Amino acid sequence: MSVRRLAKEQPASWDFAPDTLEKANWWIAKYPAERKQSAVIPILWLIQKQDGWVSEPAIRKLAQMLEMPVIRVLEVVTFYTMFQLEPVGSAALIQVCGTTPCALRGANALMDLCAAKIGPKDHLSADGLFTWQEVECLGACVNAPMAQINDYYYEDLTPETLGQIIDDFKAGKSPKPGSYAGRHTSEPAGGALTLTDPSLYDGSRAKKLKNIPNAPEPA
Amino acid sequence: MPKAKVNGVEVEFEPGMTVLQVAELAGEEIPRFCYHERLSIAGNCRMCLVEVKPGPPKPQASCALPAAENQEIFTASPMVKKGREGVLEFLLINHPLDCPICDQGGECDLQDETLGYGRDDSRYHENKRAVEEKYMGPLVKTVMTRCIQCTRCVRYVTEIAGVPEIGMISRGEDAEITTYLEKAINSEMTGNVVDLCPVGALTHKPWAFNYRPWELKKTETVDVMDAVGANIRVDARGAEVMRVLPRVNEAINEEWIDDKTRYAVDGLMRQRLDQPYIRKNKKLVPATWGEAFDAIAAKVKKSSPDRLGVIAGDLQDAESMKAALDLFTALGSANVDCRQDGSVLGAGPRESWLFNTTIAGLEQADAIMLIGTNPRLEAPLVNARLRKHWLATGVRIGVCGDNADLNFSYHHIGAGAASLQKVFDDHAKIAAQKPAFIVGSGVLAREDGEAILNMIGQGAAKFGLVKDGWNGFNVLHTAASRVGGLDMGFVPGKGGLTAKAMVKKGALDVLFLLGADEIDTADSDAFVVYLGTHGDNGAHKADVILPGAAYTEKAGIYVNMEGRVQLANRAIFPKGEAREDWAILRALSDRLGATLPYDSLTALRRKLIADHPTFGQVDYAPGSQPAALDLGKLGKKGKVSDAPFTSPVSDFYQTNPIARASVTMAECSALAASLRAQPVAAE
Ligand code: SF4
Ligand code: FES
Ligand code: FES
Repeated sequence: MSVRRLAKEQPASWDFAPDTLEKANWWIAKYPAERKQSAVIPILWLIQKQDGWVSEPAIRKLAQMLEMPVIRVLEVVTFYTMFQLEPVGSAALIQVCGTTPCALRGANALMDLCAAKIGPKDHLSADGLFTWQEVECLGACVNAPMAQINDYYYEDLTPETLGQIIDDFKAGKSPKPGSYAGRHTSEPAGGALTLTDPSLYDGSRAKKLKNIPNAPEPA
Repeated sequence: MPKAKVNGVEVEFEPGMTVLQVAELAGEEIPRFCYHERLSIAGNCRMCLVEVKPGPPKPQASCALPAAENQEIFTASPMVKKGREGVLEFLLINHPLDCPICDQGGECDLQDETLGYGRDDSRYHENKRAVEEKYMGPLVKTVMTRCIQCTRCVRYVTEIAGVPEIGMISRGEDAEITTYLEKAINSEMTGNVVDLCPVGALTHKPWAFNYRPWELKKTETVDVMDAVGANIRVDARGAEVMRVLPRVNEAINEEWIDDKTRYAVDGLMRQRLDQPYIRKNKKLVPATWGEAFDAIAAKVKKSSPDRLGVIAGDLQDAESMKAALDLFTALGSANVDCRQDGSVLGAGPRESWLFNTTIAGLEQADAIMLIGTNPRLEAPLVNARLRKHWLATGVRIGVCGDNADLNFSYHHIGAGAASLQKVFDDHAKIAAQKPAFIVGSGVLAREDGEAILNMIGQGAAKFGLVKDGWNGFNVLHTAASRVGGLDMGFVPGKGGLTAKAMVKKGALDVLFLLGADEIDTADSDAFVVYLGTHGDNGAHKADVILPGAAYTEKAGIYVNMEGRVQLANRAIFPKGEAREDWAILRALSDRLGATLPYDSLTALRRKLIADHPTFGQVDYAPGSQPAALDLGKLGKKGKVSDAPFTSPVSDFYQTNPIARASVTMAECSALAASLRAQPVAAE
């Protein structure tokens, strides 16, 4: 992580899109009127959904909306790295996990590939389509190495599969999320090793219950 | 009361106290960086570690830990010692070792505590982090690499100053203190943030690299920039005042001062009058004291007593006013006035011109009405007190006058007398046990001041402002000299002219301006004598200039708006040939053949106290004790115009000759003007 700063170039003004505004009001309504600043994180997230990033005029607008000092909003946006402070790729924001399990399983090769295909990390690519970042553990270590692309996890990646995914995004397609090693979620890589007895699933081992556990003793 | 043991010594404490406070009760000093008595508790520096039993077997941050009955607290055990060493070692990982070029050096908490509790060596060889400087305005210089993230500054501006503009952005080792987009802090009380910063991250920009704290001579005195009478310490080196810092006085300024009090002192070195001048052929030329006195004496002897007059200025000490008053009385003139603004106060009982509730007493009020006053500009410390009370209790505050940003929320009832009258008529709807009015001095200086005072008095009576043990009638003065002047009767005698009348064309032959710079004398065709410190408004018009001493250059008595008599002390000597004001008047009286009956300051004070005993009660504010004020008798019945009430102060930074001579204040004033011009951008 490096020092987080607002982007140098900012739009002159910013406003909520109608559906963002509707959702924002839904969040505000969840809190007591005098505590409406509690909605700051969800609404920042909505703003990011609308634009892909959080701009300075949007921060001001939000501070006004929640009647809180604008520096407080800035504190929140700069604290959480999930908020993007610069415009990101319009096709995909690729967040490659670089923490130990993924690193041991080849994350560095993925990042080299991103650097080669997209450009330096944390920067918008020349064509404006991609941004890639290195992030900390995303909690999918069993399927290491992995990356979060836009809203989904892409797992068990190799430079080849990730390269294909990037090409697909570039072509305007939406590659399917999940494991690219041909396994179902996080099952063992070579197929299931336990609970393989078919009789577990055909109902033959089920017995009728005599009494329901924890039921009150019959009088 | 519950009891706890601190290092084996039993102490009683009040429920709700923290372990740190209990340890202090027992006389143990607990080192701290983030904790401050007047701010909320953050508990983030971990310097205040102690060991408590019962409790987990690890050191605890005492500032955020409530003390409990029968707790055993250890402040010097091996665990505590190691813990503190560890905390300091961590803080110093990234703290630069630039003490030799740091303005905080010599008065730095981190230095002191490292000396007291730290290791004597470093185990780190890695690079230190560096943080970009941040712009915070003309008063606060930042060296952010030195910041230890205690967040005192964030809490101060948010809680006390009421301008939530500083924050901590990013996190972890990247955390940085900044204002939003590096805007200047928009407050009249920013300087205190520098006092609070425990390290040299925030330092005083106007004084950067100008002094080392140990080479300064410290003088405890009082401030004269407004009528609050904040307690200050003037630090001087040689003949120059280097800085002004607050002293703690719970009854007045707690431990804060405003930026004018603190930073206007560079004005003491600029545009000073350091020798007498006489106007010859429309030009002021240097003269000796003898020549100046002769010129005055020649004019005075030629004119009849009723054509002589004296106006006292806003920064004047009581002694010089007394001397002037006695001199003019001896000369037979009744034309004396200390009210340059044309205020109507001065007749009637003393309570009618005091801030009777007292500044600290405001915290007991349960409903407050501000009438024609903007305390943020007229007396920022009173405003801070109102804000403190409002934050703590949510007290109801009404404002009649400017709808200005006061750093607390209030009900704006209207701009002028009509809306005020409506509130008075509806008084039954506003139930309050301890109501208080704060009347701005601007309101009473209007043409219809007497009538307004009367109307406010009638209204105040309806609200029951004055009763046993409570006096809610307050006048917020802006001039440090005013209450002292009114107390000694520095107002026109029988048939005498008011200040406003004295400056009219043809009113007088000789007009003596005793440090009076805030009155327009353009029309006057009198022979003008100016006794003062700066080449300001008064001096421009003068025919003879007598150089006097500024408030840091003389011992003097000042009476603040509460009626509290305070002694100011001399920090440095007057400039050049300038002399203390009372001594000049004494010498002049000799030349005029009306020798004043005192030849030392002590004798003068003795006379002052003999004539006006209130001056003998040093450090005492009468407060609500004598409920001798008959509200119904204030002012005179009359027609009140419905012109909006306005504050007498529009530019906080330029209210007196010292501030006008100050480069720092000029910069602040320009900044404030630009902020006023585009208020939207600040949102
Ligand atoms: S700037 Fe000073 S007061 Fe503010 S957080 Fe840093 S060390 Fe504390
Ligand atoms: S280390 Fe990559 S997801 Fe946990
Ligand atoms: S003083 Fe207790 S944590 Fe800072």
